[in-house]
Amino acid sequence: MRIVRPRRGRAVLAALLTPLLVAGPLAPTAAAQESDDGDSSVLRVALVQEIDHLNPFTASFSSSAMIGRMTWEFMTPPSADDATPTEGVASEWESSEDGLTWTYTINPDVTWSDGEDVTSEDVKFTFEKIMNDPVAAEANGSYVENFEKVTAPDEDTVKVRTSEPQASMTALDIPIVPEHIWSDVEDFSDPKTDTLDYVGVGSGPFVITDHQPNRFVKLEANEHFWRGDVAVDELQFIRFENADAAVSALQSGEVDFVNRLTPAQFETLKGSDGITTNSANGRRFSELMINPGAKTQDGKRIGNGHPALRDEQVRRAIAYAIDPKTLVDRVLGGYGQLPGGLVPPIYDTFHYEPSEEDKYTHDPARANRLLDEAGYEKGPDGVRRDENGDPLELRLTGRSSEDFDVRAADFVAGWLGDVGIRVTKNLASDNQVDEQTTAANYDLALSGWGTNPDPDYILAKQTCDALPTSEGNSTSSAFFCDPAYDKLYRQQLAEMDTDERAKLVKQAQELYYRAAPSVVIGYEQALEAYRSDRWDGFPRQPKGEGVIMEQTGYWGFAGAEPVEGGAGGGMPTGAWVAIGAVALIVVAGGGTMLARRKGSAEDRE
Amino acid sequence: MTTSPTEQHATDPDERRDGTSATRYVAGKVGGALVSLVFVVALGFFLFRMIPGDPLVTMTRERPTDPEQLAHLRERLGLDRPVWQQFLDYVAGLLQGDFGTSYMYRRPVGDMIAERVWPTVLLVGTATVLAVLLGLWLGVRAAWRRGGTFDRTQTGIALALWSMPQFWLGLLLLIATQGVFPSRGMTSVDPPDGFAAQALDVAWHLTLPCLTLLLVIYAQYMLVMRSSLLEEMGADYLRTARAKGLRDDLVRRRHAVPNALLPTMTLIFLQFGMVVSGTVTVEAVFSWPGLGLLTYESLRGPDLPVLQGVFVILAGSVIVMNLLADLLYRVVDPRVRAS
Repeated sequence: MRIVRPRRGRAVLAALLTPLLVAGPLAPTAAAQESDDGDSSVLRVALVQEIDHLNPFTASFSSSAMIGRMTWEFMTPPSADDATPTEGVASEWESSEDGLTWTYTINPDVTWSDGEDVTSEDVKFTFEKIMNDPVAAEANGSYVENFEKVTAPDEDTVKVRTSEPQASMTALDIPIVPEHIWSDVEDFSDPKTDTLDYVGVGSGPFVITDHQPNRFVKLEANEHFWRGDVAVDELQFIRFENADAAVSALQSGEVDFVNRLTPAQFETLKGSDGITTNSANGRRFSELMINPGAKTQDGKRIGNGHPALRDEQVRRAIAYAIDPKTLVDRVLGGYGQLPGGLVPPIYDTFHYEPSEEDKYTHDPARANRLLDEAGYEKGPDGVRRDENGDPLELRLTGRSSEDFDVRAADFVAGWLGDVGIRVTKNLASDNQVDEQTTAANYDLALSGWGTNPDPDYILAKQTCDALPTSEGNSTSSAFFCDPAYDKLYRQQLAEMDTDERAKLVKQAQELYYRAAPSVVIGYEQALEAYRSDRWDGFPRQPKGEGVIMEQTGYWGFAGAEPVEGGAGGGMPTGAWVAIGAVALIVVAGGGTMLARRKGSAEDRE
Repeated sequence: MTTSPTEQHATDPDERRDGTSATRYVAGKVGGALVSLVFVVALGFFLFRMIPGDPLVTMTRERPTDPEQLAHLRERLGLDRPVWQQFLDYVAGLLQGDFGTSYMYRRPVGDMIAERVWPTVLLVGTATVLAVLLGLWLGVRAAWRRGGTFDRTQTGIALALWSMPQFWLGLLLLIATQGVFPSRGMTSVDPPDGFAAQALDVAWHLTLPCLTLLLVIYAQYMLVMRSSLLEEMGADYLRTARAKGLRDDLVRRRHAVPNALLPTMTLIFLQFGMVVSGTVTVEAVFSWPGLGLLTYESLRGPDLPVLQGVFVILAGSVIVMNLLADLLYRVVDPRVRAS
């Protein structure tokens, strides 16, 4: 009997240990296999966002669009150095005198990864599909909205006629696809369009070779890439649901690249052996939305914004009460740039920097003066009163999931309290905040946007045309509507001279800045980190200060170079020691327990 | 045919062949389960309609989109139709085994759930089996020497682990093991060749999520086992067993434990039914491609068809597991059969 019982105990222990023991023999297998494959030229990138589709006509998520950028060349992609249009599918481009017809010359060097030439027919096919098929327009329809006719007079020329002059014709963010692959597609929402039969042929530096939804996407270097050889043999985007797990994977060498880090994660990785961090001036801004009295396109008032905010004076007072420097230093941990207009400073040509006089700096005295003038006198409790004697009380909406919102909300509430505006914080889930802000059910709301190299996208969001339609479809980001702004917007879009256009773009931003339907409170830096013991030489966009991942282009990963004699991936050295130690502890612990139990059982008998 | 509850029919073989009462019992339980299922289907639909957020906003966030694109999307997703009509379509689809199509991925929800079920079953199944074994073993020993050092330390440890947030414990384990185990997924991105190597690959990936889940959930089995065994400890039949001269551990194993097992069994079945509730956070930490992760991802949209589908499947499995537990109870516990 006494022989049987310990065996049973051991069986339990064995069951508990199974995963550990089972892992043992496996680990070297995995590591060995990776090195067999020539591990040093596999670049593994952690992807913390989902991928919805690979089909470039329907791929809406930014991570999907990023993979599209690696795979299909664009007409005139933004350059690595300064994000200005450069050669891509088109080698030359010009607009007609009236600005209505654009002529693109096809780059003779660009070929598809299956060896076929890229011709004007491919471009015509891509554009026309998006123009004529609403399903194919899901991702990129807005770029061709203004297109009237696309023609291909010969193999090397594409002409696009627009209904109105459009300066952003050199910033068409549309992947050009091969007609010979896609021409038989009837329904662009068919799941087969996400398979390699369709998305496996491209013209960018990489071609997609494997996709396991929500697990990974694998790409291989495109040997036909027109700019020449790419040093990365294989590029893997590996899905991480949890950003902390991705950071841990970078530390252990399981992945080579991580982005979208929080300042805390970034600080942790800074100075780690074999890891280089990159704080990049990015294309995102954070803003405080101030509900200017939202209306629909037909002028019907919507939402429940506080009426006091319809007064520009009050909105400006709020802007003066805020201290962007403290927000950048304390909330962004210094990883940000001080605010100006809607276009961030990395897009230098179009960025608006207000004059010292106009600039919203922390100026409570001015804020108080503006509020006094607007007729909101301070009550005995320090809170201002409107004409009916009701206290001036505003809600501040923000995302409880965003560290920035949670912390910035405290600061903002404090500063506004100082000038006599009582603020109640309303931190909610992302979906709730989206719902409240799109329905204009907010007074103040923390928000943010990513911008593009061409300012058209972010400027268009502030036009009267962007306001909600009667069906409730809206693209407006802050319910701004001003005919003077709209006029400037149309003028800049029709201005083909970059310098002249930049002036108009800045004037439009200035107008928006003064009206303050939202105030930019900082430009967040994008925080990235990579295994510099394995990869280096990533070109940044813009040069020297910008991001590596999530560029408006493929430069970052296409230009990466493996480090000579770099450490291999897979299992770190300490791994085996750790496995051994854990197993030993468990066995020893279990053994002791069994022995003790046996002993005490004997005592009892 | 009725029997007095005081009579001991456990050993009466005729009782098992009693058709009428068994059929009535089974029919009653199955009927109840079906009613619950209908309720779940309706609840699933309307509950998720109350989640704030417009899927379109999430899908088009930070993409240049014009109103025509939005209108087209709304039409394609059927969001422009009245809610009651959407509900009827949904029920009609369900009756044909069609869970609808995901908003985000445009794939049939049934397919998406099907490919996510097995990873979750593997993770929760392994963790539950291990937790049951560990919990029962510790629970029995803790109860047998109630108040002893073993009881006090083990109960303390179990309760401490039980109260830990799963995602936090998961991250701690991930950081503490320093890359010994993979931090994401169920398989390597470049899986090894051969079935055995692939099985090992999965086991290697399974270790941390499984350990996290095991550490958090074993306490409930241990404590339930401990308390039900304590209840049995003073029972006369144990004294009889000892009086027969049986060794202490035989008394425990053959007499006390089987009688104390019933509450634990209910718990095990409930746990199997509630696979996802326990794994949403663990799966999210370790990017384990199961139902929990699917739920977590879909909430962000919200991807309503996926959420509804997962809800119906999970609530359905809780109902089925409860039904099984009820039926098994009848087999295992004579008192249920008698009443």
